[in-house]
Amino acid sequence: MSLRAALFDAALEVADQKPWPRIRVDEETWARAAFGLHAGDVTLTALWGEPGAVHMGLIEEETGEVLVLSLDCPDGTFPSVGVTHAPALRLERTIREMVGLVPEGCPDERPWLDHARWGVRHPLGAAEPAPAEGAPYPFLAAEGPPMHQIPVGPVHAGIIEPGHFRFTANGETVVRLEERLGWVHKGIERLAIGADLEHAAKIAARISGDSTVAWSLAFARAVEAASGTEVPKRAHWLRALMAEVERVANHLGDVGAVCNDAAFAQMLNRCGQLRETVLRAAAAAFGHRLMMDRVAPGGTTVDLIDPKPLAEMVAALRHGFPPLVRLYDTTVSLLDRTVTTGRLDPVLARRWGAGGHVGRACGRRFDARRLPGYAPYDVLRFDVPIREAGDVDARVWIRILEIGESLGMIEQLLAGLPKGPHRVDVARGAAGSEGVALTEAFRGDAFAWVRLDGEGRIARAHFRDASVFQWPLLEAAIAYNIVADFPLLNKSFNCSYSGHDL
Amino acid sequence: MPKFLIESLLRRPVTEKAPAADEAGLTELGRCLDAAAHRKLGRSLAIREVDAGSCNGCELEIHALNNAIYDLERFGLKFVASPRHADVLMVTGPVTANMREALERTHAATPDPKWVVAVGDCALDGGVFAGSYAVVGGVDAVIPVDLHIKGCPPSPKALLEGLIALIEKSA
Repeated sequence: MSLRAALFDAALEVADQKPWPRIRVDEETWARAAFGLHAGDVTLTALWGEPGAVHMGLIEEETGEVLVLSLDCPDGTFPSVGVTHAPALRLERTIREMVGLVPEGCPDERPWLDHARWGVRHPLGAAEPAPAEGAPYPFLAAEGPPMHQIPVGPVHAGIIEPGHFRFTANGETVVRLEERLGWVHKGIERLAIGADLEHAAKIAARISGDSTVAWSLAFARAVEAASGTEVPKRAHWLRALMAEVERVANHLGDVGAVCNDAAFAQMLNRCGQLRETVLRAAAAAFGHRLMMDRVAPGGTTVDLIDPKPLAEMVAALRHGFPPLVRLYDTTVSLLDRTVTTGRLDPVLARRWGAGGHVGRACGRRFDARRLPGYAPYDVLRFDVPIREAGDVDARVWIRILEIGESLGMIEQLLAGLPKGPHRVDVARGAAGSEGVALTEAFRGDAFAWVRLDGEGRIARAHFRDASVFQWPLLEAAIAYNIVADFPLLNKSFNCSYSGHDL
Repeated sequence: MPKFLIESLLRRPVTEKAPAADEAGLTELGRCLDAAAHRKLGRSLAIREVDAGSCNGCELEIHALNNAIYDLERFGLKFVASPRHADVLMVTGPVTANMREALERTHAATPDPKWVVAVGDCALDGGVFAGSYAVVGGVDAVIPVDLHIKGCPPSPKALLEGLIALIEKSA
C-alpha cells in the first residue's frame, strides 16, 4: 500500500475538497506524513495555515495524485515538519507570522515575510496591531579570517524585482548565499478573503505577472473544482493556447537574458525580437500582450480574435529560432560560462520538489501537464524534455527544447480548436466547498487552493508558486561558484519574487 | 557567428518609428519641469528602475523598451545601475510596506534635478492591491511623482510616449 493510501485510511474526517481529498488527521498521522517526506515517499507541494489548523499538501510523484492533510491546532501549535524536512522551513516561518500558529521544534526562529513594517501581526489569523519600525534580521554566520560579506539589494542594479542577497565569500568564491525575501509582499491571501470571484481572479492574475495566464488558470481551476463548474471544451483549448504562448515568450526572454549575463548581447537582441513577435501575436489573438485577465473562472473572458497572428508567429519562430540555438551551441566562449556553472545536486532538486526547468535540468521529470494532468494536455502530443547535468547550460537547454514542444502544441491547438462557447457561468458551490489545482507555469507547477463561501465569494485561498521551492535551491547551487557567476545562475533559475512573497 | 554579424550589418534596422509624445503626459509634466533643469540635462536622461512591489508585469514591458524594436537609447534615454547616476526614477508597483524605506532611500540617493515616473495602474493608486495591510498605496504616497504612465502593464509604446513627453518637456 502506498503511503498516500495509508494516510488516507487514517483520516478522521474527509473534507469537501475537489478533485483531490483533504483529510483531517491526528498528530501521529501528521508525523507519519512528515517522515514520508523525509524518506522521499511523497513530495511536499504546499504547507499553509488558517486559524486553528495547518494543511499539508502532498503529491505522489508516480501517479501525480495529491492529498491534503489537515491538523487541528487547539493550543495554537503544531509539530514542525521542517525539523526533519528542510523544504518546509520557510513555509513554517510563514505560517507562524501570518497565522500565529507555532511550529513546535522548528529550528529557525526568525520571521520570513514579516519585516515588522505592516503595523499588524498575524494578518491571516487573529490580526492585532504591531510596531512598524522594522527589525534587525540576523543572517546565518559563515566565519573565518578570509571571509567577507557582500550585501546586495533589495534594490538591484538591473530591471528586476527586489530581494536581498547576503553573500559570504572567500576571495571570489561564494561560501554561502542567504536570501532574504518578502519585500514585495502585498497581502494577496488576505485580499482574497471575502473578494468576489471577479476581483479575486484579478488578484490571482497578478501573483506573478510573467505567469499571469498560468496563475489565472490555477485559480480558475480551483474555483471550478470547488463549485462543480464544467468548463466548455473550447475554453480548455483556448487556455492551453494562451499558456503555451506565455511559456514560449518567457523562455525566449530567459534564453536571451542568460546569455546577456554572460556578456553575449547578440542572443539577447535576437531573442528579444522573437519575444516581441510572440507578444504582438498574443495581443492580436487575445487583445493583451501578456494575456492578463483573459482566463477566468468559467472559461476565458475573450474568444480567439484571430488565429492567423499565432500561426504566423509559430512560422516566424520555426524559421528564426533554430539559428539562435546553433549560435548558442557553437559559441565556445559562451558555453564556457554556462557549462558546469551553478550545478544543482539532483538529490536536492528531488527533495525540494523543484518544478520547471530547475527540476527538469536535474532529471526530475515532474510536469503538472502530464501528471496529475489536465485538459486538454491529455490529447496533445508533447515531450517533457529532461537533462541530467543540472547546470546553467542544462536549464537553458530545457527552455530551448520546451519552446519547440510548445510551438508544436500551439499548432495542434490551432488545428483542432473545438467550436462552441468559451465561457459558462460559475456555479455558486456550497458554503465551505473547496477546490485545489496544479497547473504548469513556465517556471514550474503553481498550486492554488480555494474555499468558497457559497455566496460567490472566496472564504479563504492559498497560492504556492514554483519559486517557493526553487529559491532555497539557488542558495545551494551558487555555493563554491564565483560571485561573478551569480547573475548568470540567478537568471537561469529566474525565480519569481512576487510569486514567492505574495 | 560571422554569418550573424554580416547579416546584422547588411539588413535594415528592425527599430520602429518613434511614437508621438503622450498628450496627457505633456500636460502633467508642464507643471514640474523648469528651464534650468532643461539646460543642465538637455535631451539625455538616465533612468533608474525601482520595483516597489510590482507583480513583475511592468518590468517585462520596461525590459522590452531596450530591445531592438523600441530601442530606447536612440532618444538619449538609458537605464543605469545606480540611483547615484540617475535623473529619473521609474517606479512600478503599489509601494509595499516592506519596500517603503528602500524607495525613500533610493529617492534620497538620486541627485537633483530628478523626476519620478510612476509606471502602471498599481503605481497610480495601489491598483488591485489597494487597501491591503502590506501596501502603502501608489508611488506618490511615498515620494512626489512627476508623470504617471497608466496601463496594466503599459505597453512599450505607451511607455515610450510617456518618456518622449518627458524629454520634449525637458529639452
